[in-house]
Amino acid sequence: MSTGMSPDDAPVTLAEAPARAMTMIEAINDALDTMLERDSDVVLLGQDIGYFGGVFRCTAGLQAKHGKTRVFDTPISECGIIGAAVGMCAYGLRPVPEIQFADYIYPGLDQLISEAARLRYRSAAEFIAPMTVRTPFGGGIFGGQTHSQSPEALFTHVAGLKTVVPSTPHDAKGLLIAAIEDNDPVIFFEPKRIYNGPFDGYYDRPTRPWKDHPDALVPEGYYSIPLGKARVVREGSALTILAYGTMVHVAEAVCREKGVDAEIIDLRTLVPLDIDAVENSVRKTGKCMVVHEATRTSGFGAELAALVQERCFYHLEAPIERVTGFDTPYPHSLEWAYFPGPIRVGEGIDKLLEA
Amino acid sequence: MPKQEGQAGANRPRLSLHVPEPQFRPGDTVDFSYLTIPEAGAQPRPDYTSAAFETWPLCTDMIRVLGDDDLAHGPWDPRLSPEKLRELLRQMALVRAFDARMYRAQRQGKTSFYLKCTGEEATSVCATQALDFEDMIFPSYRQQGCLIARDYPVLEMVNQIYSNRADKLKGRQLPILYSAKSVNFFTISGNLATQLPQASGFAMASAIRGDSKIAAAWVGEGSSAEGDFHSALIFAAVYNAPAIFNVVNNQWAISSFSGFAGAERTSFAARAIGYGIAGLRVDGNDALAVYAAERWAADRARSNNGPTLIEFFTYRGEGHSTSDDPAVYRSAQEREEWPLGDPITRLKAHLIAIGEWSEDQHEAMDRALDEEVKEAQREAEKNGILGHGLHHPFHTMFEDVFEELPWNLEEQGRQAIRERQIKWPE
Repeated sequence: MSTGMSPDDAPVTLAEAPARAMTMIEAINDALDTMLERDSDVVLLGQDIGYFGGVFRCTAGLQAKHGKTRVFDTPISECGIIGAAVGMCAYGLRPVPEIQFADYIYPGLDQLISEAARLRYRSAAEFIAPMTVRTPFGGGIFGGQTHSQSPEALFTHVAGLKTVVPSTPHDAKGLLIAAIEDNDPVIFFEPKRIYNGPFDGYYDRPTRPWKDHPDALVPEGYYSIPLGKARVVREGSALTILAYGTMVHVAEAVCREKGVDAEIIDLRTLVPLDIDAVENSVRKTGKCMVVHEATRTSGFGAELAALVQERCFYHLEAPIERVTGFDTPYPHSLEWAYFPGPIRVGEGIDKLLEA
Repeated sequence: MPKQEGQAGANRPRLSLHVPEPQFRPGDTVDFSYLTIPEAGAQPRPDYTSAAFETWPLCTDMIRVLGDDDLAHGPWDPRLSPEKLRELLRQMALVRAFDARMYRAQRQGKTSFYLKCTGEEATSVCATQALDFEDMIFPSYRQQGCLIARDYPVLEMVNQIYSNRADKLKGRQLPILYSAKSVNFFTISGNLATQLPQASGFAMASAIRGDSKIAAAWVGEGSSAEGDFHSALIFAAVYNAPAIFNVVNNQWAISSFSGFAGAERTSFAARAIGYGIAGLRVDGNDALAVYAAERWAADRARSNNGPTLIEFFTYRGEGHSTSDDPAVYRSAQEREEWPLGDPITRLKAHLIAIGEWSEDQHEAMDRALDEEVKEAQREAEKNGILGHGLHHPFHTMFEDVFEELPWNLEEQGRQAIRERQIKWPE
């Protein structure tokens, strides 16, 4: 469509922008490339992200294109990676550190929790930490207990830190750009099981690639999706399913198979949470299921269930259902027994529908 | 369980765990003759562009300039003008006057906490004076001297200590955990050693940008045991970052002597050797040696010759803080017997020895400084003291968690205001 204006004056809408199908990896790479191009304050650092391009290839080609001082490898020291990023923020840069697996982040927790997340508050905004920590999380790739965890609840508990989880290539790019532009620290969890395709939980069936999925169409160039805005994956009236990351696709597949008219909300951002989207949907459907891959006890689902009962209690027609991973470490050989797959999700739905 | 006869390994010597114990406890006679204190002026001064290994003998030696004759000796003499020397003396004395008054203010119930740096004034004042103003300071909690050395207003410091309505940090931080971006002084954390990798990151950023600023961090010898210390030094070494790491070895970390940070095995400066960076061990009570070493490291960093680890060998003259009583774990004699003396007394003696100062001038200066601090304190008390209602408005408690107030903090803010109205209906 021609508007007759220059692109600078009137950018085309997202729907009109030229787009191509990408995997989530390509979409993340595209977001990083876009921001490295747009903002000279953006630097990428992390283990194996430079010449090699990252163990999941999210930074492939970026060092060659943007130079060694914008995209570079680091020592194997998560404390050092996040600590150095805090210092770069003090200088005025906008670092995007990568932690190779979310499971590896614990040595960096003090720097993230006590430092990055607290700089603005403790210095009355003299110093801020506009960094985005990218890290792959979640299981389903036979990573065993140290390459499969979903530790998001440890981070949603931290005052001053934002937590983002994309579920599609389209969202991954827009949310990552918004995270990088945000003036607060953001932890950006990339569900690695859906890096290459919208995994629906049926591990014994062939995995679909992203290219046939409508949300794999990623607009070219710059766009951002605001943090704190959920996405309605499908509208429905039978129940509300609150999910994020990989579990969005599992929930969608189960509803499709069972022919359930569920409303699926992809939260996209856990902190800040789109509470209006949650409330509106639950008030409409009267039933609510929260789904996550992380362990159950003190998981983010507990927070969601508490919020829903505080705010929608008199609209609820059934107890809130929680479908989660088990309270065990992620086992290697039995990872599909741990994973909240279609059977567990389906049972949760049945329970709510029968109630 | 002890090994039984007939069990494998029963004839091997028993292992024993070494738990470090300081030389002296309360009541012991203190004798520091086991410490090697080299002669002032005897240490070589390699060029600041030298290969790191050339500094390694200096990691176990001790750089000293001021001798027992109160004169400056050897190649590390920074040859400062008498004006500059008097400025260093004045700032160190101001720090001491400030500490005395704020300590008393805490005892009078005007604030919750205070922490002196008595005996360590040179390690912050003189080191900061050797840096450029644009260089970013990443302090630990005992570096009030860095602020004084950059002429940060004493009034602002007292406001922070009182958490009053004029406190620029809005009463959010424990007293003395300052933040002062206007003088390039990074916000102090209560978690120890976190500032070290941050200094590496700042230095890396400055280098990425082709800037000329460097970063200088301070840490106590006790918290140099943190993993952050290693992270910081490996990053600085790998990227040849323009950073200085000052380890203030004041011998005590609350009640734990330096042996619990590894001092029985080697010096703190000697850790530089393992990272392949420059290291200097310095008499931390010698104002001229401190200045000279920090300047050497700054020149080295600024000329792309990489980071330096400096150990300032000094002594914590007082308790850890107002919450601590050192009499229960160390001998009170230690401070009197400390073989490196007092940094203010030594610089004063030097200035007198070169005919640039007198006892009368010193007394007059001390009186003027005390008056200056007293005046700032009076001024600060107009803005309130801790717990007397003159704090920042309630809603500020919810600000700056994020750049924008999210819905949950908005709701909780309303709750806080409701609680306040119930407690004080008027």
